[in-house]
Amino acid sequence: MSSTAQATHYGEHHQSFFERWFMSTNHKDIGTLYLSFSFLMLFVGGSFAMLIRAELFEPGMQLMQPYFFNELTGMHGLVMIFGVIMPAFVGLANWMIPMQIGAPDMALPRLNNLSFWLLPFAFILLLSTFLMPGGAPAAGWTNYPPLVLQMGDSAAFLIFAIHIMGISSILGSINIIATILNLRAPGMDLLKMPMFCWSWLITSFLVITVMPVLAGAVTMLLFDRFFGTNFFNAAGGGDPIMYQHVFWFFGHPEVYIMILPAFGIVSEIVPTFSRKPLFGYKAMVYAIACIAFLSFIVWSHHMFTVGLPLGGEVVFMYTTMLIAVPTGVKIFNWVTTMWKGSLSFEVPMLWAIAFIVLFSIGGFSGVMMALVPADFQYNQTYFIVAHFHYVLVGGALFSIIGAVYYWLPKWSGHMYSNFWAKLHFWSSAISVNVLFFPQHFLGLAGMPRRIPDYNVAFADWNMVSSIGGFWFGATQLIFVGVVIHCVFFSRAKAASKVWEHAYGLEWTLPSPAPHHSFTVPPVVDDSQLAHGTLTH
Amino acid sequence: MTMSFSNCKRLIGVGVAFGALLASVTAAADPHPWQINLDKGATAISHQVWNLHMAAFYVCLALAVFVFGAMFIAMIRFRRSKGAVAETWSHNTLLEVAWTVVPVLILIGLATPATILTREIYNTTGSQMTVKVTGYQWLWRYDYISYEGKPVKHVKPVWSRLAWDSNAARQLDSGISPYSVVDKNTGLHDYLLDVTHPLVIPAGVKVRFLITGADVIHGWWVPDFAVKRNAIPGIMNDVWAKVDKPGVYRGQCYVLCGQDHSAMPVVVKVLPRDQFNTWLAERRNAAVLDKASRTAQATPPKPTPTKG
Repeated sequence: MSSTAQATHYGEHHQSFFERWFMSTNHKDIGTLYLSFSFLMLFVGGSFAMLIRAELFEPGMQLMQPYFFNELTGMHGLVMIFGVIMPAFVGLANWMIPMQIGAPDMALPRLNNLSFWLLPFAFILLLSTFLMPGGAPAAGWTNYPPLVLQMGDSAAFLIFAIHIMGISSILGSINIIATILNLRAPGMDLLKMPMFCWSWLITSFLVITVMPVLAGAVTMLLFDRFFGTNFFNAAGGGDPIMYQHVFWFFGHPEVYIMILPAFGIVSEIVPTFSRKPLFGYKAMVYAIACIAFLSFIVWSHHMFTVGLPLGGEVVFMYTTMLIAVPTGVKIFNWVTTMWKGSLSFEVPMLWAIAFIVLFSIGGFSGVMMALVPADFQYNQTYFIVAHFHYVLVGGALFSIIGAVYYWLPKWSGHMYSNFWAKLHFWSSAISVNVLFFPQHFLGLAGMPRRIPDYNVAFADWNMVSSIGGFWFGATQLIFVGVVIHCVFFSRAKAASKVWEHAYGLEWTLPSPAPHHSFTVPPVVDDSQLAHGTLTH
Repeated sequence: MTMSFSNCKRLIGVGVAFGALLASVTAAADPHPWQINLDKGATAISHQVWNLHMAAFYVCLALAVFVFGAMFIAMIRFRRSKGAVAETWSHNTLLEVAWTVVPVLILIGLATPATILTREIYNTTGSQMTVKVTGYQWLWRYDYISYEGKPVKHVKPVWSRLAWDSNAARQLDSGISPYSVVDKNTGLHDYLLDVTHPLVIPAGVKVRFLITGADVIHGWWVPDFAVKRNAIPGIMNDVWAKVDKPGVYRGQCYVLCGQDHSAMPVVVKVLPRDQFNTWLAERRNAAVLDKASRTAQATPPKPTPTKG
């Protein structure tokens, strides 16, 4: 099977199931694989969360030994970050970037296949550790030494899994950069690109910069654990805190890797349903670039209580607070886009609005945490857990779900059930707050994170949070139903321009989009682009 | 309140009164059901931290009202179903400059007091007492290093581990309700917040804590003092607290340190200074007597306890 043969016999070449899904070099099929994988992992990581919330439903140990609880919290984080949020964004990038810039496919199709197929193997390695003697790694998703060095052989599997995930992410990002910089249709200038492409272009540079840093950190763990080195062993002249610095030099840009594409998605959805151009397009691009730069110089705010010198504390406090400025610009711009628009509240818009509210709440607690003395009370408590779940669930995950509801008719050629999609939205939007808002209270009352058992004073809010958790978890089953119905059973045909005021090249293609997006470069009509007639 | 103790010998009646005082103090400071905010805590620093926390909260609340308010007004007024027609502008330089500059000013307003307070928290000079805190899997060890300018000698360290009633109740399938774990004197539900031997420090004295770890990284945290620092093998961190009110202050290890992370509480008992001096003297005498009796034995000496 050669790609030229496929291109010339486009629409006629019949691939076997194995050829299509395992040997695919097609950006849409690989995008579907990424999204399906991420969907599956959402329920794997979600089931860990359900077990965690079940154990925390009441004080006392009811279901599991504390060590198994620690395995669950660490694996929940790893699966959700590397298995759900990142692959989902890469899947969306695969589907949408060639369609949005007028390209036939991704620039490097075989690399694309490789970068996806690395992931299942990485997760088989990672999840198999549950079956090993000594169990899965139980040192949190951050895997701080010396604790992680007490783990059994599962540490090696964890580290190799992280290496493979990192290679996968780097290859995916190289592909995105190559595609955006080389395959834009004539007339699609960089500053006419949709915000989603911009957000991914910048995110890709973050990925290829910091993933090798993580690989270095975990490789040093591997050597400390198995080959007797002392990088992080104080007794051998090493420094346990050095790991944290290197880890968070990766870890903080990683946070933005998981939210910048979300900014892109929301910047697509809000103008469409406001029937008004995105306010301050250029400012939005610069704000993303600015956030990406600042993300490299704030890492120590994760470590305010490790005993940094005074100068270190205040400098990282200032840089962290500075990030609030470009982030605020983005939120103001979305709200101003809605101002004096002509709003309607289709399902993607509901998710985008919920994103703005929930992400802002996470941003507000983020500003509070930036203050060093206040962080001395919040650090490593449930206040932090509430904060990062607001930005990662209410932020990243909500934007991904919104993106699926926005583009699914384009992908599948069918409309989904509005009733069930709205039920999914309202149930999620309410339960996510029942789940995570009380965790602010628990943290302020003094409950540390990563504990399987707690004093009875924390019992009431934990029970509320667990009820919200089960509710939120069960609600996502509706999502499965809506997507399966839309793809396989829906009879409602989607128009090529699914949403009345949606602008951009993807809406000039029929629904479902053809196997190869643009076999000849489209003639770019600026009036059909969201930012084509930009003059300022 | 401390006045009533200053001249008393340790009479039983006073002991009861002291217990009652502890109850009143601890009731205010310990976490309570449905609690939604930080406690002000027990030190001047913790009060300032609380003020900063509330200031940041109110700033965020005001911004939330502004941003979400504008958004909800837009969602109500500019609905297509109400016949709203979209305008086409997408740029306003004045507005964009304003919402870049104003947040910077607000942030400077928060960063300034935060910087001043951080400096104060970091100033461990002038302490009258030094205690070394060592985190182990899963207990705390407290060594008295110096007091009132002199090294403390012949005082055994305090080994502080989870109280036995909590430990029995926390086992999987123990059949013991966490609600049944109650402090007999105060009635406090102290499940997972009580230890065998608390750290004892004097009231009204600036105490410096040297914090380190023996095996993995732990975290020593007393919310009422706003004192929180990692206990790291090979590194000595220092923090300080000056607690004026006698009482029992509770916290927990806050850094994941293995399977019993949730079972290594931090309990600090603050005694009026004279009572503390008596306590320290008794502990010293007991240690000296113990040592003397062991040296005097005719049988070959036992191996020296390594944890002495």
